[in-house]
Parts: sequence; structure tokens; C-alpha cells
Amino acid sequence: MGEWLSQPVNWVYLVVGVLTLVSAFRVVTSQNVVHAALFLVAALGGVAVNFILLSAEFVALVVVLVYIGAVIVLFLFGIMITRAPTGLDVALDNDKKLPAALISLVVFAVLSYATVTTFGNAELVEIGTATDTASLARAFIGRFVVPFEVVGFILLAALVGGIAIARRDLTPLEEESRRSV
Amino acid sequence: MIASQFLVLAAALFALGVYGLLVRRNAVLVLLSVELMLAAVNINLVVFEAMWRTSEAIGQVFSIFVLTVAAAEVGIGLAIILMIFRNRQSANVDELDLMRW
Repeated sequence: MGEWLSQPVNWVYLVVGVLTLVSAFRVVTSQNVVHAALFLVAALGGVAVNFILLSAEFVALVVVLVYIGAVIVLFLFGIMITRAPTGLDVALDNDKKLPAALISLVVFAVLSYATVTTFGNAELVEIGTATDTASLARAFIGRFVVPFEVVGFILLAALVGGIAIARRDLTPLEEESRRSV
Repeated sequence: MIASQFLVLAAALFALGVYGLLVRRNAVLVLLSVELMLAAVNINLVVFEAMWRTSEAIGQVFSIFVLTVAAAEVGIGLAIILMIFRNRQSANVDELDLMRW
């Protein structure tokens, strides 16, 4: 433990990990919807820092760009549209908090026990030996080219599907008036 | 750095996501909890990549696939929530009991 604490990178990990967990806790407990979405920004930022500690710089940047840049904006739009008063709302949670907390504690215990007893003592590569993005690119264009194209198709399908679901169908009267214009 | 510190962090994030998924009533907040769980899965994938160091960085490749599908899921999920809100003037998941027996 003393040796573990003597490495400065572990101090970075401790500070960022605590910040990540505190903001993740606020995401699921905050009584203000907008605050919950903004705490998700902090939690995902902490996750991105963890990716950098694990020498996965490209994934960290993708998280910052896609999640903090785009997905959170989408969430804030969703919140703004689906609830007019964005203030305090006491009925944001249901009354099953205790069973839910028990279940999540069990999930945490089982997951951490299983992964730590199986992989816990494995040494990670030293920080600073970053994965070069070129090898990621070679994997995407070489071995994983079919999944890569499939994922692109999924994104296109999600785009078209999102528009098709969310657009408001015109009533017959409106359709008539539009046609006459 | 050993693997267990990141594995425990990922497990805690996943458990918090499970808690939010079970407790929240607002559908947008349920989606936020799902995002937390997906982030935990991504941490695990990247940790395993840092353990084994494959030549093509397969763990990171898969974490990027997960990120992409998660982004698509958020788009579709929010569109569905928008539709439900427009039809029922509510985005609370426990009020959507139309198909409840």
C-alpha cells in the first residue's frame, strides 16, 4: 500500500476517481434534472481522465467530443422539451429507494469481487506509453472493417429513425392547407 | 498501477447506474443512468487492453464501438421520449402503464 501511494499517478487516480464517483452519485440522486445532466459531464470527464491514465488517449478524446460535446447537449434539449418548469421536483424518484440501493450494492459486490479476484493483480503498462492512433486506425480499416461499416450503417439508421419518430405527423386538415399553398 | 483499482471504479460506476435505473421516474434520467453503466463497461474494456496490449488495440476498438452505439441509442431514446411526452404530456416511466395487465 505504501509503495502504491508513493507513485504520483495513483494520487491522480484517487482524486479523479473520488470526483467521478461523487458526480456519478449526484447524477442518480440530484433532485434537479438539469443538475443531473451537468453532473454527468463531470462524471464522464473523470472517466476520460481515467482513459488517459490507462494510456488510451484516443478513446479519451472521443469521450470528450462525443459525450461531453454532443450527447449532453442532446440530453439538455430533451430535458428542456419534456418539462416546462426546470426547477426543483420532489417526485423525481419513486419510493423503492431501499430495495434499489440493496440491489446496486449486491451488483457492486459481485462485480468487483469477480473482476478483482480474476484480474486484480495484473500490472498495467506504464503511463506515458500511449497507444498510437495509427494502430487503432489499422484495426478499423483492416481486421474490423465489416463491424466498422455496420456501425456506420447503424448511425445512419438511428438518424433516420430519430427523425421519423420525433417528427409530428400533420393532421389531415393541416395537410390539406399545406397542399393548397 | 494495478488493474483492480480501475476495475473497482468501473464496478462502482455500474452499480450507481443500476441504482439510478431502478429509482428514477423521469425517462430522461433513466437514460442518463444507462450512460453511466456504458461508461463503466468502457473503462473495463480499456483496462483489459492496458493489461494485455494487443497489437491492434482491440480493447480500445471495441470501446469505440460501444461509444458509437451508445450515441445512436441516446438519439433514438430521446426521440421516443419526445413522442411519448407529446402524446401523454408526461415523461414518467411509471405512468406508462398502457400495456400493463
